[in-house]
Amino acid sequence: MSTLLEKPLTKNMPPNGGEPPDCKAYENSGGYAGLRKALRMAPAAVKDLVEKSNLRGRGGAGFPTGKKWSAVPMDDDTPHPKYLVANADEMEPGTFKDRLLMEGDPHQLIEGMIIAAYAIQADIAYIFLRQEYKLAETRLRKALAEVYENHYVGKNILGSDYCLEMHLHVSAGRYICGEETGLLNALEGKRANPRSKPPYPQVSGLWGKPTVVQNVETLSNVPHIVNKGPEWFKSLSHTADGGTKLYGASGKVKRPGIWELPMGTTIRELLEEHAGGMRDGVKFRGLLPGGASTDFLIEDHLDVRMDFSEVEKAGSRMGTGTMIILDDQTCPVGMVRNLEHFFAQESCGWCTPCWSGLNWTERILGAMEEGRGQTEYLKQLEFQTKFNAPGNTFCTLAPGAMEPLKSALKYFRPDFERHIHEHRCPWR
Amino acid sequence: MLTSEERQEIEAEFPHYPTRQAVCIEALKVIQRHRGWVSDQGLQDIGEALDMTTEELDAVATFYNLVFRKPVGRHVALICDSVSCWIMGYEKLCQALTARLKVGLGETTDDKRFTVLPIVCLGACDHAPAMMIDDDLYRDVNPDQLDGVLENYK
Repeated sequence: MSTLLEKPLTKNMPPNGGEPPDCKAYENSGGYAGLRKALRMAPAAVKDLVEKSNLRGRGGAGFPTGKKWSAVPMDDDTPHPKYLVANADEMEPGTFKDRLLMEGDPHQLIEGMIIAAYAIQADIAYIFLRQEYKLAETRLRKALAEVYENHYVGKNILGSDYCLEMHLHVSAGRYICGEETGLLNALEGKRANPRSKPPYPQVSGLWGKPTVVQNVETLSNVPHIVNKGPEWFKSLSHTADGGTKLYGASGKVKRPGIWELPMGTTIRELLEEHAGGMRDGVKFRGLLPGGASTDFLIEDHLDVRMDFSEVEKAGSRMGTGTMIILDDQTCPVGMVRNLEHFFAQESCGWCTPCWSGLNWTERILGAMEEGRGQTEYLKQLEFQTKFNAPGNTFCTLAPGAMEPLKSALKYFRPDFERHIHEHRCPWR
Repeated sequence: MLTSEERQEIEAEFPHYPTRQAVCIEALKVIQRHRGWVSDQGLQDIGEALDMTTEELDAVATFYNLVFRKPVGRHVALICDSVSCWIMGYEKLCQALTARLKVGLGETTDDKRFTVLPIVCLGACDHAPAMMIDDDLYRDVNPDQLDGVLENYK
């Protein structure tokens, strides 16, 4: 069966990280056909195709892409320039899928961006890339030069009336830049504190103009949807969310890696078939399904299908779809401490529950790990999960940080208790 | 004062952004590339070119992880301390690296050859543990290979 599966996102990628297809090779494999088709359609018709495909945002939140575009004002008196931004600031711990897309097929992302920009009639596009992705930067710069040369961007694209500028912005690094309004502030040359919503970026984004921010994997799907249609796209998936998904696994599995598979592939298939199961000598204990800011799942959940709705029913989120595996030789409290250290450090410092709460959380977990834990610490951690709940904080960073903590307290409570009673980390 | 090279590189960014302020992150990187780090003088120099105050620039410079407001060594080693690398042996690797260079995290060797800094997830989780030295990514790093890796940086 698996040999028949279509892998639109990764089909052109060279094995072993070799040079990606250049503009010519990309065209020869059917690239930029989606753009040609889109330019012959009305922008609203392109948006409709994407809406019908059930493409949901691959940055982690799963917001329907077509619906996002629908909120962009399209009247004649709409303020211009409008902007499209590719969020290539992949910094969610445990996530390494957008890197593959940019290193392996940069033209696919660029074509997706041009089509998305056309659908919302954007005038200027930015790729917001994290600085550590040096190889992606080199390959994107080369691809950008090629698309300007071949008139896929610039004035009157492919002889149409449509004009689009495209720029690459290389960030100076901070997790909160991945939050879409924080990203906008970063692009404007400010601290990347998130903005209050509403107004949503579609109405008032970069420099107060209508702006759509979209993840790299989401945009990379767009050329294929336009090219082959929404029905084809939906047929790729096992569930109602359309398309394939780049799934990954890291931790002590036999073959950590990344695979393009039908949306809705089960966790068990990912873990056992693709990741090769656990390494010899270690046992599976749990996993974060899609990055640091998702709730732990355990053995009971192995048959859950990885899509946005099914993982939610199991009490977590698919997030970015790149799983982090916890094994029995790794301390769950230590793992959560590591995660909370990350979130406390990367908090932008804007709202009190986040900067204060995450620091306390990290300190409490650190004390437990170092044998200084006390019984009331468990209550204090429970308190933090409520103090930093959605609605109490300015953005979703702190609520996201609470997801692994809350679920660890639920599934690994005896391990927390052992730390307190034995005055040490049993794994050290 | 900006050197003519620095000024040219900063001005080359102007067409990519509608405001001068938006260029400031690129400008900070230009200064850092040429001078190794961003001093108070560096902020003042950028401020004159972009019509920003040093306070505005410092607010930005101190926000971003990869802008250095203190001197660093000739090479910067960034060691990933996020979750997948932590599971796969970050602590051992960090111990080996800091012992080998006789510095702690955030410190610079006496000969100014290396600064060692922790960094958030490098997106190389399927090849953990990972680290970067300058622009080079190292994956599946085994503490035993460190000597060989460090040899490449004088």
